[in-house]
Amino acid sequence: MNEQLLPAVNALAGRFTATASEFRGETTLMVPSEQLVAACRTLRDEFGFNLLEDETAVDYWPQQEPRFHVVYQLYSQPGYLRLCLRVPVSGMHPSVPTVEGIYPNANWHEREIWDMFGIRFEGHSDLRRILMPYDWEGHPLRKDYPLGYEEVAFTFNEDEINQGKPYAKE
Amino acid sequence: MTTVSEVSLDELRHLVSERAIKGETMLLNMGPQHPSTHGVLRLLLELDGELVINCIPDIGFLHTGIEKNMEAKTYEKAAVMTDRLDYLNNLGNNLVYCLAIEKLAELDVPPRAQVIRVLLTELQRISSHLVWLGTHALDLAAMSVFLYTFREREIILDIFEMVSGQRMMTTYFRQGGLWRDVPDEFEGAVRRFIRLFPDRIDEYESLLTKNPLFLERTRKIGVISGEDAIRWGVTGPPLRASGVAFDLRKAQPYSGYEQYDFVIPTQTDGDTYARYLVRMEEMRQSLRIVQQALDNLPGGPVRSDNRKYVPPPRSELATSMEAVIHHFKLWTEGFDLPKGAVYVPVESPRGELGVYLESDGGPKPYRVHWRTPSFVNLQALPLLSKGHLVADLVALIGTVDVVLGDVDR
Repeated sequence: MNEQLLPAVNALAGRFTATASEFRGETTLMVPSEQLVAACRTLRDEFGFNLLEDETAVDYWPQQEPRFHVVYQLYSQPGYLRLCLRVPVSGMHPSVPTVEGIYPNANWHEREIWDMFGIRFEGHSDLRRILMPYDWEGHPLRKDYPLGYEEVAFTFNEDEINQGKPYAKE
Repeated sequence: MTTVSEVSLDELRHLVSERAIKGETMLLNMGPQHPSTHGVLRLLLELDGELVINCIPDIGFLHTGIEKNMEAKTYEKAAVMTDRLDYLNNLGNNLVYCLAIEKLAELDVPPRAQVIRVLLTELQRISSHLVWLGTHALDLAAMSVFLYTFREREIILDIFEMVSGQRMMTTYFRQGGLWRDVPDEFEGAVRRFIRLFPDRIDEYESLLTKNPLFLERTRKIGVISGEDAIRWGVTGPPLRASGVAFDLRKAQPYSGYEQYDFVIPTQTDGDTYARYLVRMEEMRQSLRIVQQALDNLPGGPVRSDNRKYVPPPRSELATSMEAVIHHFKLWTEGFDLPKGAVYVPVESPRGELGVYLESDGGPKPYRVHWRTPSFVNLQALPLLSKGHLVADLVALIGTVDVVLGDVDR
């Protein structure tokens, strides 16, 4: 592990129930969702992690419970350090507190996660769909959401396919 | 029949001020089909006369589900889709995706491939800035600049076509190196461009840098402080124009960027004009990197010989059974990556382009997420535009330099 990261990792492991792991030179801290905001505030104010680079989620359905992980990439510009936070979220009414109050740019990232995974962010100022149409049903990046496809039309099934298509009516 | 659920206006009330609800200010729709929105960006504007009180971006018109689609393809097939994200930075997208695979697989890239990668992504940066410069000037009614910048961009696209067969959708970088080596005429073509381009930058500058009309439209327009830029996650030229010298090529060098001699141009004003100056200087610096890369281009292979990830060359197939097996495995099933997740960022022309790649040990990505600079930088547009005129908004969309394919993915 990068030695400069140690103070931040030790502080978080000591003050919160965070567990650290290391993979390919990247340090990841697993943080429970109720401590997320406090952990982010500590990292920003005391350890200089001033930039939220990225926030996304991963769906582990059906093999794992809690089903989702929300993944935060925090960057410290003074120290050139990167730290990844992961927050496990249950599949039943998934919700995480928002970090918008600490990193304002979490706003759109969290809207995107809500749109794509259906994870609610408690306290978010404007939790609307962002990429999909507002009346879309379902959350496309969940693993139980099928990937749509276009059936290839041949002469024997052309009419059948055309019947099912929503063409514009006169 | 599908039912369309109505969105109630009450849900959108919190986006506008009280004055809009009383009818004192005007709500106006701009886009998505508006020539100055550089694609399909829709803005909902709250106006007091001609002053912008609030601007609410509405995105997603170009959403193509690339992240979902990539989960259904093998790693090498999914690489084709990376070009389609930011269609002005195709090679940069290829690069970051390959770097993520290489980091997960711990795959080495030969030095010649590294240098060609740097050379081509810097050319790509220049061509992207040329499109930005042309369209930005066009938005501000300086029409001729557009014609000049596209003339030079064409030379760069010809070089891309020469190496990859494609002007834009190159997919030239692959895991472990390049698709194939550059042709013999490549060096001469790049040298001609290096000779020609410095004068051409001066030519653009002579049209704009001291042009009073251009200064009037860009100075003190859309000022953002360095602290605000970081708070909003803004990276790339907009951040450097606010006095923060943050560039991932220096902060966390990848692909051997530490070997090149270049400076990060910064400005302190944080306005549209400062962002213009930063990008102009960046083109000069990129040209320096291209020159150094070309002068020190090493020989040797352009692709790793790790057959578990990289298909064998065609010539081996006739003589080696091993090669046939690897060829068959790699083009049918693909290769498996070790279980785990990595986040790899690079400096794209627009800012930090990151890819989060997670593998479950199988031949397809379990999750790919693109942290695109356009998406994050566009979020700062409401902050930039408050208190400016509608006409300035056109300059501001240009100065953030968004590519809507990059925003919507």
